[in-house]
Amino acid sequence: MRDSDCIVVMGSNMAENHPVAFRWPMKAKVEHGAKIIHIDPRFTRTSAVADIYAPLRAGSDIAFLGGIINYVINNERWQTDPFFKTWLVNYTNAATIINEDFKDTEDLNGVFSGLVEYKGGVPEWPFNAFIGQYDGATWQYARTKIGDQGRTASTAQSGEAGKMPTGQANQPGGPAAPKSGAQPSGNETSKPPFTALVQALVKPAPEKDMTLQNPHCVFQILKRHFSRYTPEMVEQNTGCPKETFLKVAETILANSGADRTVSFAYAVAWTQHTHGVQIIGCAALLQLLLGNVGRPGAGIMALRGHASIQGSTDVPTLYHSIHGYMAAPTALKKHDTLGDYLTAETLPTGYWANMPKFMVSYLKSVYGDKATPENQFGYDWHPKILGDHSHMAMFAAMNAGKVKGMILVGQNPATSLNARLERAAMRKLEWLVVKDNWLTESANYWKGAPEVKSGEVKPADIKTEVFYLPATQVAEIDGTFTNTQRMLQFHHKAAEAPGDCKSDTWFSYELGKRLKKLYANSTLPRDECWKNVTWEYEHENPEERKKGEPSWIKINKEMNGFFTDDPARHCVGFAELKDDGSTTCASWIYSGMFPAPDKYLPDRRTPDPPGQPGAQLQWGWAWPANRRIMYNRASADLEGKPWSERKKWVWWDAEAKKWVGYDVPDYIATKPPNDKAKPGAAGMDALPGTAPFIMRADGLGWLFAPSGMVDGPLPTHYEPVESPVKNQLYQQQSSPVVKIWKDPANPLAAPMDPKFPYALTTYRLTEHYLSGAMSRWNPWLTELQPELFVEISPELAQEKGIKNLDWVKISSPRAQIKAKALVTKRMRPYKIGDKVVHQVGMPWHWGYEGLSTGDVVNELTALVGDPNVSMHEGKAFVCNVEKA
Amino acid sequence: MAEPMGFYTDTTVCIGCKACEVACKEWNQLPSRNGGQTTLSGNSYDNTRALDGIHWRHVKFVEQFTDDRKDGRWLLMSDVCKHCVQAACLEVCPTGAIIRTEFDTVVIQSDACNGCRDCISACPFGVIDINPASGTAQKCTLCYDRLQAGMQPACSQACPTESIQFGTIRELKDRAQKRVAQLQQMGEKRAYLYGADEKMLGGLNSFYLLVDRPEVYNLPPDPQMPTRNLKLGSWFSVLGAVLVSLFGVINFRNRGAEERP
Repeated sequence: MRDSDCIVVMGSNMAENHPVAFRWPMKAKVEHGAKIIHIDPRFTRTSAVADIYAPLRAGSDIAFLGGIINYVINNERWQTDPFFKTWLVNYTNAATIINEDFKDTEDLNGVFSGLVEYKGGVPEWPFNAFIGQYDGATWQYARTKIGDQGRTASTAQSGEAGKMPTGQANQPGGPAAPKSGAQPSGNETSKPPFTALVQALVKPAPEKDMTLQNPHCVFQILKRHFSRYTPEMVEQNTGCPKETFLKVAETILANSGADRTVSFAYAVAWTQHTHGVQIIGCAALLQLLLGNVGRPGAGIMALRGHASIQGSTDVPTLYHSIHGYMAAPTALKKHDTLGDYLTAETLPTGYWANMPKFMVSYLKSVYGDKATPENQFGYDWHPKILGDHSHMAMFAAMNAGKVKGMILVGQNPATSLNARLERAAMRKLEWLVVKDNWLTESANYWKGAPEVKSGEVKPADIKTEVFYLPATQVAEIDGTFTNTQRMLQFHHKAAEAPGDCKSDTWFSYELGKRLKKLYANSTLPRDECWKNVTWEYEHENPEERKKGEPSWIKINKEMNGFFTDDPARHCVGFAELKDDGSTTCASWIYSGMFPAPDKYLPDRRTPDPPGQPGAQLQWGWAWPANRRIMYNRASADLEGKPWSERKKWVWWDAEAKKWVGYDVPDYIATKPPNDKAKPGAAGMDALPGTAPFIMRADGLGWLFAPSGMVDGPLPTHYEPVESPVKNQLYQQQSSPVVKIWKDPANPLAAPMDPKFPYALTTYRLTEHYLSGAMSRWNPWLTELQPELFVEISPELAQEKGIKNLDWVKISSPRAQIKAKALVTKRMRPYKIGDKVVHQVGMPWHWGYEGLSTGDVVNELTALVGDPNVSMHEGKAFVCNVEKA
Repeated sequence: MAEPMGFYTDTTVCIGCKACEVACKEWNQLPSRNGGQTTLSGNSYDNTRALDGIHWRHVKFVEQFTDDRKDGRWLLMSDVCKHCVQAACLEVCPTGAIIRTEFDTVVIQSDACNGCRDCISACPFGVIDINPASGTAQKCTLCYDRLQAGMQPACSQACPTESIQFGTIRELKDRAQKRVAQLQQMGEKRAYLYGADEKMLGGLNSFYLLVDRPEVYNLPPDPQMPTRNLKLGSWFSVLGAVLVSLFGVINFRNRGAEERP
């Protein structure tokens, strides 16, 4: 971001919630006068240092971004500057022809072709919560279907075999693809080598019109799709004055091109919507149109919500994927055997064609010597998912009495979504383990919760056995952080943990050892996993070993990978991984961070010399392969030359016949820019030397997503599930395929419900962290933000007779809470069409335990979710406000 | 004496994160008001309220919006002791507890302070107050202990956006003037330096880049030494003293005359 000429912060309050990362936008501003744009419902600490602040009503982001897209497409400079044209035609799928049966939201008044009733899932797991489903067959490329496989689809749990349009598994004709009923053992396709399996998946290259004139080509479709997103429409839908919107659009375009770049930063204010993935996709679409991807100072920065949460999705703690963004084996798809899994999930063209090597090396890391080519490397022992096991689905299941016990490590669900429902669900548990720094709301929910204090619930009636384990803090352990730019940095222990506090690794390691012992003599097939899993992480240091702390060196080595016949030989990168069991590697993307027993790269701290262009390659280590900008082939033109001297990053060295530059090239190092795609070939040979997006099957940036998204191939403006206004663009009010967990304790307000007329957004403050479990026990922090408040505009305050610091009642269909009013002109009413919509804001840091206590704001939120990723809609729902 | 050291605070890049306040409290082990259990001030995001004996850094939040919101600013500024070259506190301190260090900063030595509060009323910026933990007057020391160890103050080290910069006054002034020129050139005509000039109490060793009048940030536009207001009064005192002594001299002379045999 330091290299950006313009930084757009939207869906994020970056200065407030990522103050340390915000040093880079501030450096860009001071060092070369970069413009900072903040687009947000509230004027925040980020707006305070922005050059342009654009207000918008919560939940109207796609209307705004779509407006910029329409502005760009109709702009003369964009249409005539050769940079944009070359980029568009060659680096994106603008020229690709889409199935003629595709119908856009413009044609069907707000829905895409293929909307059907949801009939997926298995009877054992009725918690997927879809209200509808798309059959995306018509969204596909005309001549050939292109898959994104399960990587995104399994998140949504609509990836069931036979229904999911994207998976190759549904397509007959793959010679190596087993039809059905293949037995796990003796299935020849489950044995290495898997080269033939991958080759058999290859389809003809998609059809294109490089002139972009064909009415079914992506560019023409998106041009029509966004044609009604005019500045006037933006003003009417978002409440942002037309002049401000145009200033934003002009500034973004003026700072894009061969010589200049724009970056976007977003955080959970884009994700926490029932169409959050589409908002991010919309920004990606815009950045692809502007050539702002894979280049210095460009891109979209996903600002993660916690330290190292990037690491937790990489490694991962997500239910729907295993290490390195491979799909978790699932009972819903044809994943019966390893061969089935690889057939369903491998993209045959592009770099993902190597997935069988990554998967087999992963299975070797789990089962060690027990994993052999004869037993499919233990694939049968690997757990499979049944449906949506994400946060909201799990609590819906818990509330239905389907969950016996819960281990909470670093979570505080007693203050989480629809908190009363979640606490009611927790009361149905047989046992609960809370491992945290303090006795949080979740540890004390049985005695401290409002419903207990009011006498509504009696502690004696709660049968849950609650265990509390004190946890270490980060400075008390050795370990790594993986930050938002995918960089691993090692940190050393600074102090010993007090008393009985134990690290999370200690807990997991000990629990695993005990479970292994418990199942050692079991004869049940389901326990084979525990019997065969490798679990050897004894610490090298005798003192640590005595304490039971596992060895971070061994854990990191397993993630990095090593050669099975010579464990002292570490893999130097994922290119060394094999599909025959000769390599072991838990996380292919982390391969290379620990290339030799005495070389641990996340511990490096050598900055580039000052004043010299570089990518800080000697500071920490970033996946993949220490690349700092992904898809950086796009920083060079078709011939491999930098687009401009100012934006030089990697380029083709014709003499040395390889890609070179400041960064590690994100490409096959010796694949020349004039390399032609080899028809019928698998892997990288299927892509020409001009295709930068090597993880896509066609090597292109997708303006239109033929697969991978379950709620549509293009972003469309939908209202939040609960909204104070009617969708002014389409008859369809909100996304037709959202997730709604139907539960009497989860009532929803109908659109424009007069009982809840105001838009509410929840957020965080710099002074506190999440539910406050790490900050409300610290007096230095609580005195800085001592009490829960609700931010309202003076206009709304006057209407309601509320004065600054008055107690106010805030209600949603789920609950009513109290907070002090903070009346401020930083909040404003929005004019939406002919209606005035008041925007209300509340930080959600408070709870009933700790030094500073306050009502739980999440009692107001609902269990509704984005269909792609099951993310809730805490950023845009409705409420009422009354003087208490 | 080493070269004068101090702070330059560029308020245009302050994000109001209060990391400076927390870093200061942690390094100097300052207590919290009422153990951290306080109430909302209702004044924007400022719950620190003022500089005092236990708050040596204070981030100010000034909301400036027109009713139609066409114009709006949220001015953020981390306030601290100015370490004046002509320091009123130092001048009025009766016990000599307040000293000027080798870094040209002003430090209260707690063990020599008798808590008389003279410095509190003398400071034109209102930065000093009694720390109830020690019962003595306290304020920012510009991390004298860290400076002696070759480190920079805790607040400037913690500042994520380099709004608070620490260095030699000479270098800081140079940097600050360039930043003002840059802002002016980019259209921010209101940018200027507060306290970088020797005319203000001989120069403030903690000076600011501001974009509005000092009063908007609750800073005195023309801070004065307390002694200046006392000038006329002191002449009266001198005159009085002369008269008294003359009277005494006369008296003694007369007495002497009487006593003469």
